[in-house]
Amino acid sequence: MDHHFVIRVVGKLLIPLVLLFALYVQFHGDYGPGGGFQAGVIFAAGFILYGLIYGLDTLRRVFPPWLVRLLVAFGVLIYAGTGIASMILGSKYLDYSVLGPTAAKGQHYGILIVEFGVGMTVASAMVLIFYSFAGRGRQTGEDFGEIDSEDRRDRPDG
Amino acid sequence: MAEHFPVLIVLLPLIAAPLCVALRHGGGTWLLATLATWGSFAISIALLAQVLEDGTIKYQLGNWVAPWGIEYVVDELNAYILLVVTAIASVIMPFAARSVPAEMGQRGVYLFYTMYLLCLSGLLGMTVTGDAFNVFVFLEISSLSSYALISLGRNRKALHAAYQYLVLGTIGATFFLIGVGLLYLMTGTLNMADLAARIDKVEDSRIIYTAFGFIVLGIGLKLAVFPLHAWLPNAYTYAPSVVSIFLAGTATKVSLYLLLRFIYSVFGHSFTFDKVVAGPLILVLAVAAIVICSLVAVWQRNIKRILAFSSVAQIGYMLLGVSLGTVMGLQATLLHIFNHAMMKAGLFLACGCILYRVGSMKLVDLQGVGRRMPWTMMAFTLCGLSLIGVPLTAGFISKWYLVTATLERGWWAAAVLIVLASLLALVYVGKVVQAAFFKEPETGVVNLAEVREAPLSLLIPTWILVFANLYFGIETDISADIAGQAAKQLIGASR
Repeated sequence: MDHHFVIRVVGKLLIPLVLLFALYVQFHGDYGPGGGFQAGVIFAAGFILYGLIYGLDTLRRVFPPWLVRLLVAFGVLIYAGTGIASMILGSKYLDYSVLGPTAAKGQHYGILIVEFGVGMTVASAMVLIFYSFAGRGRQTGEDFGEIDSEDRRDRPDG
Repeated sequence: MAEHFPVLIVLLPLIAAPLCVALRHGGGTWLLATLATWGSFAISIALLAQVLEDGTIKYQLGNWVAPWGIEYVVDELNAYILLVVTAIASVIMPFAARSVPAEMGQRGVYLFYTMYLLCLSGLLGMTVTGDAFNVFVFLEISSLSSYALISLGRNRKALHAAYQYLVLGTIGATFFLIGVGLLYLMTGTLNMADLAARIDKVEDSRIIYTAFGFIVLGIGLKLAVFPLHAWLPNAYTYAPSVVSIFLAGTATKVSLYLLLRFIYSVFGHSFTFDKVVAGPLILVLAVAAIVICSLVAVWQRNIKRILAFSSVAQIGYMLLGVSLGTVMGLQATLLHIFNHAMMKAGLFLACGCILYRVGSMKLVDLQGVGRRMPWTMMAFTLCGLSLIGVPLTAGFISKWYLVTATLERGWWAAAVLIVLASLLALVYVGKVVQAAFFKEPETGVVNLAEVREAPLSLLIPTWILVFANLYFGIETDISADIAGQAAKQLIGASR
């Protein structure tokens, strides 16, 4: 990639802005257009762009696969956990009103936390999909392609 | 705590699934999945008891009042289905502990349990929700995870089977969604109870008829109604053992539940049977399924394929009960959902034992296996008898109710057909039993001399279902009575 000077410089300039914009979409989602899903995709796009310019191995050092896998799981758990929290606080599942001092505040906090979980899972799932596709044909060993096509044997029948 | 049961039953597997991804340890994920499944089973028993005691339970998610918010509604019918699904899932968990690592390798275990838990929570969600769009969301959760589950099979053909199911399943889900969209267009609501109340005024419009067509066709694809069953034999045959057992015992049952829910609770009895006149159409498809797929099953050479085609035929019996449009017919259908889940899961469990020891499902390779694995093949034979409908087994009870229901409407031909088709079941089950017990082993790919009886951890779940088949063949208070109550309630509440 040494000869793609322009791409590297522009990428370096743009990637922080992409990530910043993703965070804006994420946390301004309750006032303007946006939300966890859109923000997650934009955030992941920043990482994927980085991977395309500097190579898959560099990206894997920056955002290690084990971390990606954990974040995929924890995003969902944040969402579900918010629901459980409102249950413990004595209301129905996912009733945000009890999460804050007033019902309006509670609704605000609730949606913010839930959307954060969504963004986390979407962003890391997008990166995981990129890893799985880009890593095809390599001996990855870790985290994706647990059941490789080489692993399948044609058994008599089953 | 008890007030949260309708949502907790879905939540337990849903939360356990990401935890499995985080945990990633084979045995640990099994423990987690087992706890979640057994927890759901316990909740389903509590829910059923609660419903029988106090009537329908409603739960507003996020405290948003229906019809604006999503509402979970548990009545006799879906409490009964929840019980069937979670019971089958609970029985197979001890079996999975040994079978899953053997078939998928130690590294694939956590992926399997994640997908399995998602699939379970999707199926439970479809059953418990009272919101038409929420049904679609859970339908997709369970479908996507079941495609992945099927593709985990060791045989290369599993990928093709999963892909075929993915294409057809997606078409089915899309049709369902189009139908729901049309209903929303006409009524402005997605809540099932609200839909039922509002459809009344617009039901003569062509759009509602179209919506009915799309929804029934979409569910029909997932249910594997006769001409739409092309995905099922391959999916059941090449999926890992545990997945075959799980899907055969639960997935089509939940689809049938959805069909009943939409026919009776949303569109209403009179719309379905008097205006659309769906009865004869369902009857024709049911009869075709029973006759053709039983015949096809007779000619198969792979045990799992025989059972898969038999499943399509059994769905025919269930639809036959639906097409009658009477309380008796519906009761027979619901009873057969319960009994068929038990017998088919039992048969596929026995198949899993054979695959674990022999590694092949072809009839040729299994000649004489009955002498090496007597307990497994005895279990297969007993569940097979139940499938045929021999007295003192659960299968007899469902056939009895079905024949009585057809005679009640005076459909003599249908009653005769049920009995004749049972003879076909006798042939295809007999073929397996004969090969296993009475034929000499052929010297082929598999060396039967080294085959031993399946380990206890696989045999015990299998025999639990064998005993369940025998128990519910004698003691019908639980199965038939609840089915009867659910049928009465469903038709009674329908327009």
